[in-house]
Amino acid sequence: MRPETEAELVDVILGAAGPLLVRGGGTRTIGRALGEVLETGGLSGVELYEPGALTLVVRAGTPLAEVEAVLAGDRQRLAFEPPDLRGLLGREGASTIGGVVAANASGPRRVQVGACRDALLGVRFVDGAGNVVKNGGRVMKNVTGYDLVKLMAGSQGTLGVLSEVSFKVQALPEAEATLVVEGLDDVAGLAVLRKALGSPFDISGAAREGGRSLIRVEGMAGSVTYRVGQLRALLAADVTVVEGAESADLWRRVRDVEAFAGRKGDVWRLAVVPTAAADVVAAEAGEAVWDWGGGLVWLLVAEGRAEAVRDAVAGRGHATLIRGEGTPVFPPEAAEVAALAGGLRDRFDPRNILNRGMMG
Amino acid sequence: MEMPLPDAAILSAKARIVARLRDVLPDDAVIDDLAELRAYECDALTAYRCPPLAAVLPRTTEEVSAVLRSCWEEGVPVVPRGSGTSLAGGALPTADSVILGVARMNAVLETDYDNRFIRVQSGRTNLSVSGAVEAEGFFYAPDPSSQLACAIAGNIAMNSGGAHCLKYGVTTNNLLGVTLVKMDGTVVTLGGPWAEPSGLDLLGVVCGSEGQLGVVTEAWLRILPKPEGARPVLVGFNSNEVAGACVADIIRAGLLPVAIEFMDRPCIRATEAFAKAGYPDCEALLIIEVEGSEAEISEQLTRIRQIAMAHDPVEFREAADEDQAKRIWLGRKSAFGAMGQINDYMCLDGTIPVSSLPHVLKRIGEMSAEFGLDVGNVFHAGDGNMHPLILFNANKPGDLEKCEAFGAEILKLCVEVGGCLTGEHGVGIEKRDLMAVQFAAADMEAQMRVKDVFDPKWLLNPAKVFPLATSAARRAG
Repeated sequence: MRPETEAELVDVILGAAGPLLVRGGGTRTIGRALGEVLETGGLSGVELYEPGALTLVVRAGTPLAEVEAVLAGDRQRLAFEPPDLRGLLGREGASTIGGVVAANASGPRRVQVGACRDALLGVRFVDGAGNVVKNGGRVMKNVTGYDLVKLMAGSQGTLGVLSEVSFKVQALPEAEATLVVEGLDDVAGLAVLRKALGSPFDISGAAREGGRSLIRVEGMAGSVTYRVGQLRALLAADVTVVEGAESADLWRRVRDVEAFAGRKGDVWRLAVVPTAAADVVAAEAGEAVWDWGGGLVWLLVAEGRAEAVRDAVAGRGHATLIRGEGTPVFPPEAAEVAALAGGLRDRFDPRNILNRGMMG
Repeated sequence: MEMPLPDAAILSAKARIVARLRDVLPDDAVIDDLAELRAYECDALTAYRCPPLAAVLPRTTEEVSAVLRSCWEEGVPVVPRGSGTSLAGGALPTADSVILGVARMNAVLETDYDNRFIRVQSGRTNLSVSGAVEAEGFFYAPDPSSQLACAIAGNIAMNSGGAHCLKYGVTTNNLLGVTLVKMDGTVVTLGGPWAEPSGLDLLGVVCGSEGQLGVVTEAWLRILPKPEGARPVLVGFNSNEVAGACVADIIRAGLLPVAIEFMDRPCIRATEAFAKAGYPDCEALLIIEVEGSEAEISEQLTRIRQIAMAHDPVEFREAADEDQAKRIWLGRKSAFGAMGQINDYMCLDGTIPVSSLPHVLKRIGEMSAEFGLDVGNVFHAGDGNMHPLILFNANKPGDLEKCEAFGAEILKLCVEVGGCLTGEHGVGIEKRDLMAVQFAAADMEAQMRVKDVFDPKWLLNPAKVFPLATSAARRAG
């Protein structure tokens, strides 16, 4: 099924005889759900783009590449840098902007500008009972009523099917540069990232991959040069600096977790307290790509290590199985939290037809 | 503003209810004397007052839980209160409700500079959160005008913003986790000191829910390293349109000032008379602040000057030192006080797309003439968050009603041009009855379903956010 309008989307949901598997591009789905495929790609196109107000309103099934191209035409971008996980997950297809929102997919720049949910200004969606709901809008500040925009971001299509999303976008910076720090072990290499993030030099990326710590600054050319110099002095380590396309390449590798593409083993995504990151990885003897100054860990381990990985993060974060068999994929929730989440699902999708079981 | 009739059964059971509260709290934490309760009869929306049945001032999450559990069992509504600085009536009691004030819960529980967070009890004031970390060179970014007084609990309830949120975002963008007590006394932890919460973003929906989903007792907040320096410039223009165009050009150029504030002529004149900041007498004035090192500030200001000069300003004034910087901010920061010198005022908070600025300002001017009430505009231009201040005389019969009608028309205009009723103050009771201007029935129904899950008896912060008729069936139970 592939509705072309929001009204058709309502009809599809009202007419559904059983579970529906909501699919944008299918490039980043990680939960397990079965059902008749409901494609959102028919709901495509830019509704409104005001570069002077940094505002974009777009139908949810619009390919991410198209959104990025439209923005690039005005030297703007999505600030939160959504990852392309096709290589990591072995998927084909074209990611949609609605899928990005449903997964709250956010890349390295999260440490500076926040996640997808922080750039999301408004949503329209159709809930499991066929109601069209709008929340938020297209303005930068909006506290009118409850914030269902945040609730929809990262809800993996379990509360409603997005039909339209609006974003705050960002101007492309004049320059970018990355400090590459080599010769440190993981503990020291992660400490360097935290030190940079604790400085006033407005870091837009802090990652560690392949034995190197990477620190990115972006902005006006003079400012980038200044901050690179200050960071060199602050970190007092063996630093090389790369700029422009070479720098962008490094961050694409981190963002898309290219290091683990095609490699054997399970891939976990851990959100942890940054100072606990090295310890968590050491406990599992896995291979890691670290982002967000250590707050995000992509962990490659042997298959079937769910219990051990979840034990390792207990009390200092949580773990999601990004690639691999075995369940549950999403972190287990405390009973009182699960009761709230379950209550919301019951009310937004009373027939339990939208991505049934996706989030456990 | 209509409020629901108090429940007579609760009013007559006051003695028993107060006794139950005393069972679970120390004596000094329960207030039931009518004279003392007057302190809780209103918040900063002082036009509306009603003393509560009782007030409690717990010190711990456990005490909050015990109070809520008792009220839940008795079916007594509870109105959470931070510092009572809401401009929207967010903490207005009903006669049959218990005020739950978090003012005594103001401790710093943990500071962690390496992981860049602070955990505080929610009654701590906004400014004192920054105060707790500034010696180490950090700050907490959201900075509402009331930051000296307002509590983190209220900031979370209203998703508060401030002058610097153009760069740093509002409360929801700086909130990592909370300890929340539900109306039935259940304690829930959402999020934590790690980068993002798991599962559905319940934290995101709690933030900005105006105290209707639970009482936040503790919070993990993101702290940021302080910038090396900051400097404002003042730019005066002879028309609102041109000032608006200048704002759009700055944003489009990819510059990211931490603040772009806008004042119109009525407001400039009022603040000049009051604060004598030395502002030029012009139609529109922008205060633009940038941050960074000396070199970075100068790089940004050079660019801003180029953009501004293309719009032929009547004045471009750069602060040469700290004293001049303070004078540039002086007028802006005294604006509300200055308007208050002239008369009573009502402060609105609608947000509009930046591109609609000239049109909306023109229409507000026309409506001002129609209603016969003066209005000054001072607002956060970078993000379109307006603050029209309508002047009225509270002692003149009918003036408040006229002012409210004028305000409603302005807010409808904001929605009409693609904006919203409130950008940072919240709905409270003030904008409750305008919700249908912005939202269809299904939109509000979806929001109310969230409340059904968190507070099925609809006891928390009654008669706020949703129009009374819309929520009537649910409130009746």
